[in-house]
Amino acid sequence: MIIPRVPVQHRRLLPDRRLSGPTPWVIAILMMLTLLAAAAGVGLARSANAIGSAIAGRVTVQIVTPNPVTRAEQAAALRRAAAAQPFVLSARAVDREELQATLGQWFGSADGDDPVLNSLPLPALVDIDFVGENRSRHMEQLQALVAAEAPGARIIPHAEWLGPVAQLIGSLAWIAGGLVLLMTLASAAVVIMTARAALGTHFATIEMLHLIGATDRQITRLFQRRIAIDTAYGIALGTVVAAAILLLIGWQWAGITSGLAATASLGPTGWALLLALPLLAIALAALTARQTLLAALKKIL
Amino acid sequence: MVEFDGVGLRYGPDAEVLCDISFNLQPGSFYFLTGPSGAGKTSLLKMLYLAQRPSRGIVRLFGEDLVNMPRQRLPGFRRRIGVVFQDFRLIPHLSARDNIALPLRIAGVSEEDLSGPVGEMLSWIGLGDRADARPATLSGGEQQRVAIARAVIARPQLLVADEPTGNVDPEMAMRLLGLFEALNRLGTTVVVATHDIHLISRIENAQMMRLEKGRLADPTGALRYPPANRA
Ligand SMILES: Nc1ncnc2c1ncn2[C@@H]1O[C@H](COP(=O)(O)OP(=O)(O)OP(=O)(O)O)[C@@H](O)[C@H]1O
Ligand SMILES: [Mg+2]
Repeated sequence: MIIPRVPVQHRRLLPDRRLSGPTPWVIAILMMLTLLAAAAGVGLARSANAIGSAIAGRVTVQIVTPNPVTRAEQAAALRRAAAAQPFVLSARAVDREELQATLGQWFGSADGDDPVLNSLPLPALVDIDFVGENRSRHMEQLQALVAAEAPGARIIPHAEWLGPVAQLIGSLAWIAGGLVLLMTLASAAVVIMTARAALGTHFATIEMLHLIGATDRQITRLFQRRIAIDTAYGIALGTVVAAAILLLIGWQWAGITSGLAATASLGPTGWALLLALPLLAIALAALTARQTLLAALKKIL
Repeated sequence: MVEFDGVGLRYGPDAEVLCDISFNLQPGSFYFLTGPSGAGKTSLLKMLYLAQRPSRGIVRLFGEDLVNMPRQRLPGFRRRIGVVFQDFRLIPHLSARDNIALPLRIAGVSEEDLSGPVGEMLSWIGLGDRADARPATLSGGEQQRVAIARAVIARPQLLVADEPTGNVDPEMAMRLLGLFEALNRLGTTVVVATHDIHLISRIENAQMMRLEKGRLADPTGALRYPPANRA
């Protein structure tokens, strides 16, 4: 079906030399680009999801009560009260040292006793992770809790800061998907042109075959087989090059695995998709060639 | 066998190259088609071997209407017709042997079953030792013989030959004509377009059709050459 079986003696009806000229090379380039775009798309989509779910259920409560003692008490009380709630997965008070260390990176005095840093009226922070999906309900419950334990504190959902980043990464993934689609169309166009060119080149043979009683099916199988084989070479070459590039990138990536970068791997589904693409491409090429050939042959009596 | 009734043919918007062609070919008969160059012989034969549908009129072949026949039924009919083209139309990258074997292979004959007949045919046309030669390395006459061998190898019910002896010496022409005659005796209806008067006189009982400017000069098809009972 994809690469039709044609008796050896019939194969010789087409001359031995390459049927499709530069087609295998063009297909190889398109296949390589398609796979790279697909890999980028899968990687980006996965990191967008990972970031999305990591930040979606997390909020930070910022307590800015002026009196430092009350502030610390409120933070401790809130942490304790929150941790006891069924809708809270975990609640953690952020240490003053941790805050100072973070701020120190901006103030240029991360290592220890900085009088400026020590004198800053830093807010008390409590990180809270919700349980499950019902976030708006949890949010209301938390607001009530905060009003009781630390009036005037602000609740900051993390999705507010990192949401746009996740969205941007998500859009890039969609763009990559669009590129995959466009390159698939371009590959199909190349196959159509190849099939038409092959018909043109061998028109005399085809006419002859028709006149001695060959069916469209017989003629189509002959050409489809050759075009499918030629494009399969191109697809195989493109796949090998793309795989080499992806493995190289993956190897470099492993060296800097940390934070968000670690989420950008392809995962088993991603690799399966990338392996399925070349096979789909071969099938698509063969079917495109077949349809083109049948349509063209119909125009000859 | 073959019936043309009021057939006309035009290529594109030009005037008809054939008009009001009516005749009836009897099974097992031998016909010559003559006429000056450009009279429309090849065009008429093209309709016979199903390379061209008529612009008007009725064409019946083996008892079936061909004008409205769906495309996918044509291959079955074409396998019952052998054609010798005016320009041979051998497939250039195939050997003489493979060119001759082509109709059998298309019809699905197995390699064991076809090697015998193809070999015999090759030696019969005197090309036994050139079986593996490509058409380009054969002389015009040799190519013509291969083209004829290809047309007759599958024992067609109807044999259509367009100037089949244009490129061979008179002796070979007679030999090839003998092949047609032998096939005719086995029941094949033969239609040969030719200018060669000598050829025509060699076949007994052959009937002659003459085309002039796209019209059949003797629509009854009864005219014989040499005209037996005319002054
Ligand atoms: N495919 C075509 N398109 C347009 N006109 C054509 C085509 N084929 C033939 N003709 C015209 O039809 C007329 C008859 O041509 P045809 O080839 O049938 O003549 P013929 O009798 O076989 O001549 P010859 O003896 O030289 O082979 C000619 O005027 C020719 O120019
Ligand atoms: Mg002619």
